Amino acid sequence: MGSIKDKVAIIGMGCSQFGERWDAGMSDLAIEASSEAFKDAGVGIEDIEACFFSTVYAPMGGTGSSAAADALKLRDIPIIRNENWCTSGHIALFEACMAVASGMYDVVMALGVEKLKDTGYPGLGMGRGMNPVLEARRTAPGSFALIAKRYFDTYGLTNEQGKELIGRIAVKNHDNGSRTPKAHFHNKVTLDKVLSAPVIAWPLGLFDCCGNSDGAACAIVTRADMAKNFRDDPIYLKGVGVAMDSTMPHLRPNFDWIHFGALMNSSRKAYEMAGITNPREELDLAEVHDCFTITELAIYENFGFSKPGGAIEDIRSGFFEIGGGLPVNIDGGLKCFGHPIGASGLRMTYEIYKQLQQKVDNPERQVKNPRLGLSHTFGGPPQISAVAILGNEKG
Amino acid sequence: MAGIFSAAAHIPYLKMERKAIGGAWERGSLAGCRSVAGSDEDSLTMAAEAAGACLEAAGREAVRGLYFASTTAPYKEKASAAMLATVLDLDSAMETLDLGNSLRSGLSALKLALDTAADGGKVLVASGEKRLAYPRSDQEQLFGDAGAAVLVGGGDAPVAYLGGYAVSDEITDVWRTQEDTYVQSWEGRFVTGEGYLRVTAQAIKGLLSQMGLKPEDINKAIIPAPDPRSAMGILKKTGLTEAGQAVDSMLEQVGFCGAAHPLVMLAAVLEQAQPGEKILLAAYGDGAQALLFEVKAQPVLPAVSLAQQLENRRAINSYARFLSFNGLVEPQPGEPFRLVPSATVTWRERDSLLRCRGSKCQACGTAAFPIQRICDNCRSVDQFETVRLSGMAGEVFTFSRDNLAGRPDDPVVVQTVVQMENGARFYGLMTDADPTQVELGTPVRLTLRRMHDLGGFHNYFWKCRLVR
Repeated sequence: MGSIKDKVAIIGMGCSQFGERWDAGMSDLAIEASSEAFKDAGVGIEDIEACFFSTVYAPMGGTGSSAAADALKLRDIPIIRNENWCTSGHIALFEACMAVASGMYDVVMALGVEKLKDTGYPGLGMGRGMNPVLEARRTAPGSFALIAKRYFDTYGLTNEQGKELIGRIAVKNHDNGSRTPKAHFHNKVTLDKVLSAPVIAWPLGLFDCCGNSDGAACAIVTRADMAKNFRDDPIYLKGVGVAMDSTMPHLRPNFDWIHFGALMNSSRKAYEMAGITNPREELDLAEVHDCFTITELAIYENFGFSKPGGAIEDIRSGFFEIGGGLPVNIDGGLKCFGHPIGASGLRMTYEIYKQLQQKVDNPERQVKNPRLGLSHTFGGPPQISAVAILGNEKG
Repeated sequence: MAGIFSAAAHIPYLKMERKAIGGAWERGSLAGCRSVAGSDEDSLTMAAEAAGACLEAAGREAVRGLYFASTTAPYKEKASAAMLATVLDLDSAMETLDLGNSLRSGLSALKLALDTAADGGKVLVASGEKRLAYPRSDQEQLFGDAGAAVLVGGGDAPVAYLGGYAVSDEITDVWRTQEDTYVQSWEGRFVTGEGYLRVTAQAIKGLLSQMGLKPEDINKAIIPAPDPRSAMGILKKTGLTEAGQAVDSMLEQVGFCGAAHPLVMLAAVLEQAQPGEKILLAAYGDGAQALLFEVKAQPVLPAVSLAQQLENRRAINSYARFLSFNGLVEPQPGEPFRLVPSATVTWRERDSLLRCRGSKCQACGTAAFPIQRICDNCRSVDQFETVRLSGMAGEVFTFSRDNLAGRPDDPVVVQTVVQMENGARFYGLMTDADPTQVELGTPVRLTLRRMHDLGGFHNYFWKCRLVR
């Protein structure tokens, strides 16, 4: 496999306010995120040669890329929509980077938008897939919660110890979110409050689950050798890794619901491209897919941030907290932004981009002199994982 | 002479104390409890559960016919017997037939099977019943839901069929028109006296006379009755006695299960059968029928006894949920389904979805469910044999108790991954469980349930349940 390390740079990004955006439709969210990105990059819509667009649910399937074209009045260029579960935003970024690296385009945009709060339902609905019965009554919390009991049992945690452990991740991310103006939730929570919250899908309680929110994010991507024509502090793509797996990895006899091939392979590919051999030491921060607290825990170990079983001690010692060895989800993560599916990958990348430029919107959460950051989404039942590693220096 | 090889009953996991039903109406209540079909059970699934138990015990060989009897079949037009034969993974080269309308149809199906199975083949008789009584009526407390199945064959059956006597009788005593939701009935004294007692007695006396037997020659008399008073009355009227021949009417702990009731009682009696016993089996409904059997040897018993089933039940105390399970009130809808109903998909994938078959890779041995054309382990293409998972032992590999996924009236879904005995994993829903009792390693079995009614038809699939 080849490499596009340092061949592509992000020269502008935008991110809408996340939350229950009763005031904003899909078009408004797209305009909000892309306007900021255009301004940040110093380009206009007329400079965009192709658009890579991610949205999952809204509008419903069968509408192609129309929503992006109609919202931004994009015309005469290709708009390529992808729908890849929770990783869609990252896949849009991945496509944009490959398009530029191929030499076909000089300036393209990746746009992720999701309008979840127009359905009249608080949740995402029930069931999955094309089969009338096989995945009936599947829900996201019910699916990801399957990791928890296996993890607890494998590493000798009682249910109470396990719940407390993942509860600490909720406390951390809520603490982080309190310093992030664009997040949906800004409330800090105590461990007691997390542990006494209503159960959603045992062992996951309310604060173990991310919210349903509206949001959009956008990136303007160009060739690395052109990047400084646009700004002094472009952010370079160091590595990408995407790995898809069957929706039924449990068909493999040794699948244990703790180790996920998609997570391990996507991170390995991204590390290899970026030249990272020890992510725990070399990364300065990471935004990972905390759709549920147990997911974030599994990612620590599948990504090599912690050794197998080592997440327990790392969580307890505050290794992933702000000021810790490797701050994770320093903006509050999906826990505080909610998860407008098609937008999340780009929103997480936005935080890494701003951190690496040392331009986050609240200095209280700025990491000191970061060089390398990772963003990541993990979607499906779970099944597909996408990783982007960014750096603020070439080489 | 034809006879019975095996019989099994399915008593739903849920029960309701009659005082909870009476209490909801602030009226008197009868003693005991009634069985209540779960929110995912109907007459077909209850029959399937019993029939599966029967076949697991006695084997699937030589089953050439399947007769399904119910007054509450899930479809007015579309046979349940064909669905049952499929979910039981029987060969398609067989006779399938639905019998209905009469409360006697369960016994009629058995009689028909005994008459037609004499050529060495076997016939499976299955029945399930879930009748709706008017809210607040006595019948609401008296009725029960259950399924039963009897495997009949020619040759040396352990329970030999000796003869039968039938009476046809026209009377409008208990009925439902095509439009009725609830069972209707005429004045009680007329219904009992001129209907049930007179005609059932005529059939029983006719049989005894035809066989040259006296009441005391009978060891066990299985005479389903719609209520305890009629159960006593029919003994008195036929010269049978409570101490001598009567068996548990199953009214106190289960309730009257309509067409399935004689077969449920038969399954209970056969669990205790002793060689040499003569068993009389009768049923009433638009006439009556009485059959005589002699136990030659112990019949094949299902793995889980009726006593175990009665012991391992869970009480629901909410009358509102009882009404909702029966479709009589409409609770606030939950989140919408994002599923695509398709009769085509159900048909095309029937081997997995209905026959409950998974694949076993012939190259590397990996077992999977549903059937996979490409092995997820070694990626060999189209090199597999199919293996039935229903009836196979399994245990919980991991689970979550999902409070978002359920029906509004049955809100907790245990999302479960089951490690099957052959290495396959079943990833689905658990039913019939106290969700707090589930642990890793808990033994489970698969069971057919009605999942939902998308597309305007009943979508059946498999769930797992605790071993009772």
